[in-house]
Amino acid sequence: MDNAALKERILGLVPDAEFQENKQFLTFIIPPAKMHDLALSLKAEADLAFDFLFCLTAVDMVKFLEVVYHLESTTHKHQLVLKARTEDRVSGAVDTVCDIWKTAELHEREAYDLMGIRFNNHPDLRRFFLEEGWVGHPLRKDYVDEVNIVEL
Amino acid sequence: MKEVINLPVKNVEEEEYHINMGPQHPSTHGVLRLVVSLQGEIVKSLKPHCGYIHRGIEKMCEKDTYPQIIHLTDRMDYLSAHINNHAVCLLVENALEVDVPERVKYIRTIVDELNRIASHQLWWCSFGMDMGGLTCYFYGLRDREKILDIFEESFGSRLLHSYYTPGGLMMDIHPNFQKNVKDFLKYFRRKIKDYDNILTGNIIMQERTKGVGILSKEDAISYGVTGPSGRASGFACDVRKHHPYGVYDKADFKEILGTEGDTFTRYMMRMHEMRESMKIIEQLIDNIPAGDYTAKMKAVLKLPAGEYYQRVEAARGELGVYCVSDGNKTPYRMKFRSPNFSNLSALDHMSRGVKIADLVAIGGSLDYVIPDIDR
Repeated sequence: MDNAALKERILGLVPDAEFQENKQFLTFIIPPAKMHDLALSLKAEADLAFDFLFCLTAVDMVKFLEVVYHLESTTHKHQLVLKARTEDRVSGAVDTVCDIWKTAELHEREAYDLMGIRFNNHPDLRRFFLEEGWVGHPLRKDYVDEVNIVEL
Repeated sequence: MKEVINLPVKNVEEEEYHINMGPQHPSTHGVLRLVVSLQGEIVKSLKPHCGYIHRGIEKMCEKDTYPQIIHLTDRMDYLSAHINNHAVCLLVENALEVDVPERVKYIRTIVDELNRIASHQLWWCSFGMDMGGLTCYFYGLRDREKILDIFEESFGSRLLHSYYTPGGLMMDIHPNFQKNVKDFLKYFRRKIKDYDNILTGNIIMQERTKGVGILSKEDAISYGVTGPSGRASGFACDVRKHHPYGVYDKADFKEILGTEGDTFTRYMMRMHEMRESMKIIEQLIDNIPAGDYTAKMKAVLKLPAGEYYQRVEAARGELGVYCVSDGNKTPYRMKFRSPNFSNLSALDHMSRGVKIADLVAIGGSLDYVIPDIDR
């Protein structure tokens, strides 16, 4: 499916998805509450068949946090980027997609550990790289650690 | 007279217990800790514990300029250092819409493939060692040394080269480069037959790897297992074929796919891949066009505000670099989607129900490099 047809298809599934201009990939901002349902249909429906989540990451946009999903279909070869934004930095959470793409389990743990995004229904949401009891989430822009980070 | 204390004897065959494999276990090839839950010697499940070598490379990138970031990527998957460099260089070049000279593309492709062969040689020797064949270790290292010598002569270093720069190369190749590479190919075409004679055909090795640690194609895609490990399950994931960069579109090579998805197939994929890499180099080495070794670049590189993603085929699978730029000379956010990280996530699924000795074989066939997982 080409990008124009894919755009129609996504907007048909989630009418309030916000299209974002991006040279490389077709990009949408999805309301976090609808993310999981959309992910289910993206994988299940035969003409979409997004079975390969090749990157899951999070970005601190200062006012909110953003989870970025890079998806590809191994049968149709089309690609798509979805973004789910939390409401604010403190209380926001996004539903997990690790029941749909298993690779998300560790990627979400990493995003939780380093960016502090909580994923609802995740089976084992613990810190991944840092030890339990670490204070703060290092990849956030306001993170200050005078001991471990050397300012140059 | 001493009293004899009768300790209660537990039946280990029935009870589930946990052991720590690592962080200092030789078969984890680095500081990775696997908490393995066992019943007898059957693996019930395992949980990876990472972070022993977490250096916060993504956080460091936010303070560094793009040419500086190249030096950090070497230190992720140090066995495919050139390929990691390539990813960041391509990202910057595509974002700035720089035309890279053809000469650079040829040299980068050849060096990437040499790097892939060197990485697979080291994998082969450590895989052999994991299976109890110490001879492999010496054979593999002996041949890898030849490639490192070529690297040293041209780029001045053997492991962490930082040879690529945004727009081109740090310096031109050494005048002996082409001759030495051709000599190496002639040498290694002969020696790779020894690899097959020592290990591939070995009945003990085959018995231990065939049908062990099976990963289906659907699971490989779902877990994001890429590279030779993913292709062993039949997942066509070669970035060089599907999203070509460098001059891979001009070279004739096959994307070899397996069907079984077991440890032996993953082994065979890498053996095939070494031969394919040699084929690629043979086609390119005599055709390196003359020209500059770098494009003209500005002194300070500022990426236009926006998002960029670049994928390359590292020796262990797909490396993705995701960069969010706000228009400054340092990235706003840099994410490395490392192949080992995703490959590791499938380890629990693959090793359920196998013996703990087979876990070593499965781990060896996934070929993980820990600094790339932890970053």
